[in-house]
Amino acid sequence: MSTTLNIPPQFEIVDRPLDTQMTISMGPQHPSTHGVLRLELVLDGEMVVKSTPDIGYLHTGMEKLFEYKKYQQGIVITDRMDYLNPLGNNLAYVMAVEKLLQIEIPERAQVIRVLTCELQRIASHLVWLGTHALDIGAMTVFFYCFREREKILNLIEAASGGRLTPSYFRIGGLMMDLPAGFERRVQQFQDAFLKAVEDFHKLLTGNRIFQKRTQGVGYISAEDAIDWGLSGPCLRGSGVAIDIRRANPYTGYEKYDFEIPTEPDCDVWARYLVRMREMKESHKIVQQALSRLQPGPVKADAPKVVLPDREAMKTHMDALIHHFLIVAEGFDVPAGEVYHPIEASKGELGVYIKSTGGPKPARVHFRGPSFVNLSALPHMSRGAMIADIVAIIGSLDIVLGEIDR
Amino acid sequence: MEEQNQPGTLSEPKASQENTAPSPLASAFLRDHPEWVSETTFALGETTLVIPREHIVAACAFLKSTPGLEFNFLADLCGFDRGPEEEPRFEVNYHLFSITKHHRVRLKVVLNEDDAHVPTVTGVWRTANWHERETYDLFGVVFDNHPDLRRILLPDDWQGHALRKDFPLRGYEPYSLK
Repeated sequence: MSTTLNIPPQFEIVDRPLDTQMTISMGPQHPSTHGVLRLELVLDGEMVVKSTPDIGYLHTGMEKLFEYKKYQQGIVITDRMDYLNPLGNNLAYVMAVEKLLQIEIPERAQVIRVLTCELQRIASHLVWLGTHALDIGAMTVFFYCFREREKILNLIEAASGGRLTPSYFRIGGLMMDLPAGFERRVQQFQDAFLKAVEDFHKLLTGNRIFQKRTQGVGYISAEDAIDWGLSGPCLRGSGVAIDIRRANPYTGYEKYDFEIPTEPDCDVWARYLVRMREMKESHKIVQQALSRLQPGPVKADAPKVVLPDREAMKTHMDALIHHFLIVAEGFDVPAGEVYHPIEASKGELGVYIKSTGGPKPARVHFRGPSFVNLSALPHMSRGAMIADIVAIIGSLDIVLGEIDR
Repeated sequence: MEEQNQPGTLSEPKASQENTAPSPLASAFLRDHPEWVSETTFALGETTLVIPREHIVAACAFLKSTPGLEFNFLADLCGFDRGPEEEPRFEVNYHLFSITKHHRVRLKVVLNEDDAHVPTVTGVWRTANWHERETYDLFGVVFDNHPDLRRILLPDDWQGHALRKDFPLRGYEPYSLK
């Protein structure tokens, strides 16, 4: 009886009794692949001869969906991409649309954007740290990290109403101003956080098992890292001091005083140290943003794009008309194309928007840092042990929601 | 490209935040290889150079290696479908970034539907590998001499290319192995 199934060549079972190599499939349900990543590993004993990532298990056609939604409806889609850094995605998207519209947003909105994005970056790094350590075998760190992350999520929830999907930024400003007492709550978090980072260092940095598992593992030189398009902490872990916040400043980052941490070792350990130092830098930026917070409007003066306040809507005829038009029909964006990169928690998050006029974009493309960083995994894992693969994936800090989109 | 009565321009149009250097960049390119650039636009603070596809690899290598330009980082590569009634139909955009000079440029290749082939730039930047696979998967643009041109996001036996404008947003075809 012949089967009608046409088996793709990579799944064909080849019987080679004298061959010591074995092909195994790691994932997509493996807990250490951080989602639904599947790796096809060719092993020689415990050594990895070749690894081929297989992605797409979480593909939901988000870029297609953007083309059928109005510009302001696209913001909620961005939350679902890199779900550990949703405010960063919001920021990249709304800034790209603002660039097309050439809207200037007020100072207070910019400072709040920086403040919340840096808190989100810390939260994203805390998830990375907890899960990375957990993959390697250190369970305690996970609980300490999630305790701190919970505080940040509560802050984001207080500001936006959502913990994981805030959609806090709007085209032309913010959804609403910060709630009363927000600064005090951020300050409480700030006061306790540096102590928490010290705790993480005590738990991991001096830990000999952790050092043995990470040092010299997943080596990628600076030239290779640039060639493979690595960005963010992965690139800085190879000693390349590049940060979009400094290279192409946006949202007023040029006014903040912070350092770009780099490490010369090019391995998992270096990427670990870079992210640990980055959390402290983000902490510094949050502190500066707190001191820059001045009263003022949080929405741009662009009534055809930005929804009016409820009070104005009830008293002004034109505000009511604008509200109706924005919600019912959207707003026209002039034809053009932009590529707007920001420094997300995982690297360069670029948004390409092509507009041909009208209330819906013709094309929205996200250059996800996880997508590009993962593509270098075969290069980094050559000759590694199979257990090192887990450490390398953890050090890349991938989020499959962004890779598969 | 921008009309006077566009929405949202009630405040002053601001200069670009990106420190791109458009005119010296384009002029350096045009001086050395005028036949490589068929169109130059500068809008919204971004430089776009339209390159005929037979010159795209040479142009990328030139931009990467020329001192003063040093576009050693391929930030992004993505496709765009203008719609089935348009000719040429497809665009492939290359977003280049310079790690040393911090400037950016966009290269664009336009392709006809019946001949949607473009040479691969994986020889210039290895990161182009997955970007080109994604563009092939979602638009059906074939990158000639690509080392591993397979679908990446959709299953290997998927029919059609999902981001083309004539591909429906939703459908009810049951998925099965062909």
